Amino acid sequence: MKSLLIDADKCTDCLQCEMACSFENEGVFNPARSRIKVFEFEHGRRAVPYTCTQCDEAWCLHACPVEAITINAATGAKEVNAEVCVGCKVCTIACPFGTVNYNEDTGKVVKCDLCGGDPQCAAVCPTGAITYVDANWTGYQRMRDSAVRADGGAS
Amino acid sequence: MSWQGKVLRVNLSAGTAEPEPLNLDWAGEFLGERGLATKYLWENMDPKADPMGPDNVLIFATGPLTGTMASTSGRYAVVTKGPLTGAIACSNSGGKFGAELKFAGYDLLIVEGRAASPVYLHIQDGDVRILPAEELWGQTVWYTEDWIKQRHQDPLTKVAGIGIAGERGVYYACVVNDLHRAAGRSGVGAVMGSKNLKAVAVRGSVGVTVKQPKKFLEVVRDTHKMLAESNGRKGLTKYGTNAMMDNMQNFGGLPTRNFREVQFEGYDKIDAKAMMKPNARGHTNLLTNKACFGCTIACGRIAHIDQEHFTIVNRKEYWHASGGLEYETAYAFGPVVGVSDIDALTFAGFLMNEHGMDPISFGVTLAAAMELFEDGVLTTEDTDGIPLTFGNAEALTVMAEKTGRQEGFGRILGLGSKRMCEKFGRPELFMGVKGQEFAGYDSRALQGMGLGYATSNRGACHLKHDMFTEDMEDQSGNGKAEPCKKSQDRVAFVDSTGLCLFTDGTWATEDYGRQLEAACGGDWPLERLLAIGERTWNLERSFNLKAGLTKADDTLPPRLLNDPAPSGTAKGKVCELDKMLPEYYAARGWNADGVPTPETLARLGLG
Repeated sequence: MKSLLIDADKCTDCLQCEMACSFENEGVFNPARSRIKVFEFEHGRRAVPYTCTQCDEAWCLHACPVEAITINAATGAKEVNAEVCVGCKVCTIACPFGTVNYNEDTGKVVKCDLCGGDPQCAAVCPTGAITYVDANWTGYQRMRDSAVRADGGAS
Repeated sequence: MSWQGKVLRVNLSAGTAEPEPLNLDWAGEFLGERGLATKYLWENMDPKADPMGPDNVLIFATGPLTGTMASTSGRYAVVTKGPLTGAIACSNSGGKFGAELKFAGYDLLIVEGRAASPVYLHIQDGDVRILPAEELWGQTVWYTEDWIKQRHQDPLTKVAGIGIAGERGVYYACVVNDLHRAAGRSGVGAVMGSKNLKAVAVRGSVGVTVKQPKKFLEVVRDTHKMLAESNGRKGLTKYGTNAMMDNMQNFGGLPTRNFREVQFEGYDKIDAKAMMKPNARGHTNLLTNKACFGCTIACGRIAHIDQEHFTIVNRKEYWHASGGLEYETAYAFGPVVGVSDIDALTFAGFLMNEHGMDPISFGVTLAAAMELFEDGVLTTEDTDGIPLTFGNAEALTVMAEKTGRQEGFGRILGLGSKRMCEKFGRPELFMGVKGQEFAGYDSRALQGMGLGYATSNRGACHLKHDMFTEDMEDQSGNGKAEPCKKSQDRVAFVDSTGLCLFTDGTWATEDYGRQLEAACGGDWPLERLLAIGERTWNLERSFNLKAGLTKADDTLPPRLLNDPAPSGTAKGKVCELDKMLPEYYAARGWNADGVPTPETLARLGLG
């Protein structure tokens, strides 16, 4: 299984991810409809992409009264079945991270579904700030960087 | 598709805001952004109108590729009649505002008339309101953006606004969006101020669609890759535009102390490498780089000032990070005024963004004031007790703030160099064209640049043509006319797409065509693209001629035409404008007075 890995140090705030996300899911370039958001702090000193982390014990899934949120066995993504969703928004309250949101145009909630296993935000990110990696080894690169330092700095 | 097909027309005198359909015939001929806004301006106002009067029209324009996944898709242009030049003004900007205007459903925002009292415009898709801005009048750009976001409880609102400089009619006031991106030149912010319009706030959720989505994504994947692999792009990402400082120093084209010299001894204290090097206290100027909307280059600099520096040691409000030095800012606060204190330059840059002023025009105006001071025309009695000597970092930062707040001698500096030099009886000290100050390239070392400066429709400007390769290969004025004309046309086309000029070079003209074809549908062969540029250029020229400009305005200051470059690779050379200009008129299909012939206009569909 794979997981999105976000390295905010590499993010330039270009918002290609937000466009790719909205285009994949809504067929329109529209950051207002993106399931991943980039947050800008202190006059642009920091830019931090954030989206659903696909909790194992997902609050949204457990809170849903109509079982509209299910687990994709292949990707582990918690997916919203729009045909079942009644737009009650309980999941948006339950999610501790704010990554499930209501869309007033459709009357349903939306959240990241990892694009069925090929997340477009990661595919388009020009700097590698968003990658899609082995879920068991999201720390691999940082661990490797630490090993390089421990070894005296030569990569 | 790709165009939203909608224009928002706001009349501040009448207090109305109405959408209207975009003229798609015009879009086919002028594409978008710069070109299309020029057409709308031409059709909507008398070029003779007072630029600061209610009859001037102020247009915010996006292009068909603005707000798409095409790289650098965050751009918009502000097109109006410029008060600094009396010519057509076309200043474009990045950041996020332009894309947001497009996402709200509009290709163009046209502002007419003048509000009876200060207002700001709030656009949320189809909900457009003209709201009172009394509380904002007299406040900075930064305060204004913050206030609007809080008032509407919406941090996602994008704001383009003016500072006190724009309110008070500083001739080179700009429109600043997203805190530190600006439609910088020709005084477009003063026009906004003259209309009593403090800011435009926009929030869009309509989005942008393209004609052939699958094909568009394929093309864009390829054009992204081209940029990813380009050495030019890599340099911009790592060093920003200030990498140019070393090039111009080595070449001898770095305008120094109001263009008396062409090389600056302090260049390596303020260049791109200096920005990355810790100072004696361990403070490093550059924090990170930052992209505008949709941009995979990210040349923007985010910097901070050493807290111990005299400019901010007692001013905590400037201890945060903000937009850092670009080449033009570094040139205009560095060599041209003789200052090499990187923290002072960075602080002056912050002040320009906070108060909404064009750093190029401010710096070059200050340089002329410094020359007037050294010549004894000005004394400390005129300059609020501050000695305006070349190299005085305190003079730079104090005068930047006084100009931004329109206090003391700042009111004189707010006139711009031309009006100020004329006021003190030394018009020859104005370094610019058509009232607008030069960017950081000396026309004696870069001859094609000199021709471009002289003929640019918005006055002296480095962004309306790209002659670097030709100029560095051949330092004479020979054969520069035709390439200059072609480059101006190509740039006018690129500006009209809604993308950034920094893609030009990595992308061939055809690469823009591929993206347009997939986004807009229809055929976009090379000839059509270049014709859009040439048509735009000639319409801008026609606007200027109708406004009263003549051949006599296509000139350079005597210093560049008569005084040889004192050092560098062009030592002993002057700018050969007299040779290049007639060749240029001929290459353009203009008569000897620089007027487009009826045949030329007819060929471009402008007859």
